[in-house]
Amino acid sequence: MDFAFLESPFVLQLSGWITAVLTLLIFSFLYKDNPFYKFAEHLFVGVSAGYGVVIVWYNVIIPNLWIPTQQGQWYYWIFGVLGVMMLFKLSAKLHWISRWPLAYVVGAFAGIQIIAYGQSDLVTQVRATIQPLWINGDIVGTLSNWLIVFGVVVGILYFFFSKKHTGALGVAAKIGIWFLMISFGASFGYTVMGRISLAIGRFQDLLVFPVISTIALIVIIAVLVVYSIMTRDRAIEE
Amino acid sequence: MNLLDRFLILDRRWVFLFMALAILIPLLFDFAIPFTPDKAVEAIYEELEKQEPGTRIMVSCDYDPGSKPELQPFSVALFYYIFTHELRPVITCLWPGAPPLVESALLEVFEMLEEEGVELPQRHVDYVHLGYKQGAQFAMLSMGSDMRGTFPLDYDGVSIDSIEVMNGVENLNSFPFFMEISAGGAGTKEWVQTVQGRYDLRMAASCTAVMAPDCIPYLQADQLLGLAGGMKGSADFEKLVYEGTDRVGQATIGMNAQSFGHLVIIIFIILGNIAFFATREKR
Repeated sequence: MDFAFLESPFVLQLSGWITAVLTLLIFSFLYKDNPFYKFAEHLFVGVSAGYGVVIVWYNVIIPNLWIPTQQGQWYYWIFGVLGVMMLFKLSAKLHWISRWPLAYVVGAFAGIQIIAYGQSDLVTQVRATIQPLWINGDIVGTLSNWLIVFGVVVGILYFFFSKKHTGALGVAAKIGIWFLMISFGASFGYTVMGRISLAIGRFQDLLVFPVISTIALIVIIAVLVVYSIMTRDRAIEE
Repeated sequence: MNLLDRFLILDRRWVFLFMALAILIPLLFDFAIPFTPDKAVEAIYEELEKQEPGTRIMVSCDYDPGSKPELQPFSVALFYYIFTHELRPVITCLWPGAPPLVESALLEVFEMLEEEGVELPQRHVDYVHLGYKQGAQFAMLSMGSDMRGTFPLDYDGVSIDSIEVMNGVENLNSFPFFMEISAGGAGTKEWVQTVQGRYDLRMAASCTAVMAPDCIPYLQADQLLGLAGGMKGSADFEKLVYEGTDRVGQATIGMNAQSFGHLVIIIFIILGNIAFFATREKR
């Protein structure tokens, strides 16, 4: 199929309108919940679900089930049947059938994850905490290593609940809380950066079509104002 | 009711409006707030610099349009570096929304290469896009033992056996360097947990800002050779890759808005705290 038409001015303008209108409809939630926002939200969920089904069909079912079975590897059907059994989750009477493939997935996943997690997040991380507490000629490195070891120790002490947090243990646990708070602060800072990045991305996309975005913004504000006036009485009653 | 009292009950929609303006205004003007690339991002660049021309690089793009502003600029800069240094990427995706973004990044890079008069890389010879694979950790493990069995066909439906760049590729150990670009699970954490230690992979990651604090311990433990976190990480990488050219990446442009957005948040936090403590006794 020739997709050259996708680069025609009409299609580009249309994509601009879709981008601007749907983005601004989602943003309209920041003013207040409204049916236009819900329309955009439901559209997104529907399109995502449809897209997911098509992607899985062409990237998983066809190459990893259909083609191997056509080449004589009949045992692939066992996994195909297990997959179909999963769908019985939707039936009130026969949902128990879905427990079998689910048990297979949970068992296999737990087997993989226990070893993997133990190796990467326990053994390797503990090893990374065992640092030299004196590095010749590198005072910054030495201090950094002290900070890591001290932070880990007091952080763990905070989670030691077999003894009341009084005296030396209390002081250590309190310092542990400070380390945890600093770490939560860093996480929060990163989260803020991530959320602002998403807003920047939307604004960058809107600015690709500045005229369309401005018209869409004015229209949506007007529609929201009308909607607010029309529902004002109901809101007061509520 | 004085100004401080009013500030404490400020309608949050005013905060949204200020944030919108703080983001929009810097995007309308052409200026650059200077920033220095992070050492963890420089480590990614240095690792790429070690690769000889013709080397196959594994790139896993595990994100979707939701994290496009943070990660797509990194992908574009990475592919630009890869193709201008004659490396050969083998691209996989563990997120269903990723393949169109990969195609879009490749297209953008090809346009950049065309502008520079550089010969365009040939699909299946200089690079391959293997597309999406369902299964998260199972797919990772499967790639670790049998790459060809995991991806019998590429994104275009071409058999893996007829793709030149895949000649000699058996599993993840066939790649001297693995670059992971991720927006969550399955992503950097799962790659490190499931296959990095098991197959002793030399890998680095670019991840969303939300994920970065969880991935930093892997960097400190040398499980990751380098890490680019969020839009700042992508901007750092763009700065390193596009140095010496007149190119400015999307993340670098976004950093101005990012700085102003942070400034507005800091101002609101300070003012909110002043108002809270100043009116505490009265309340």
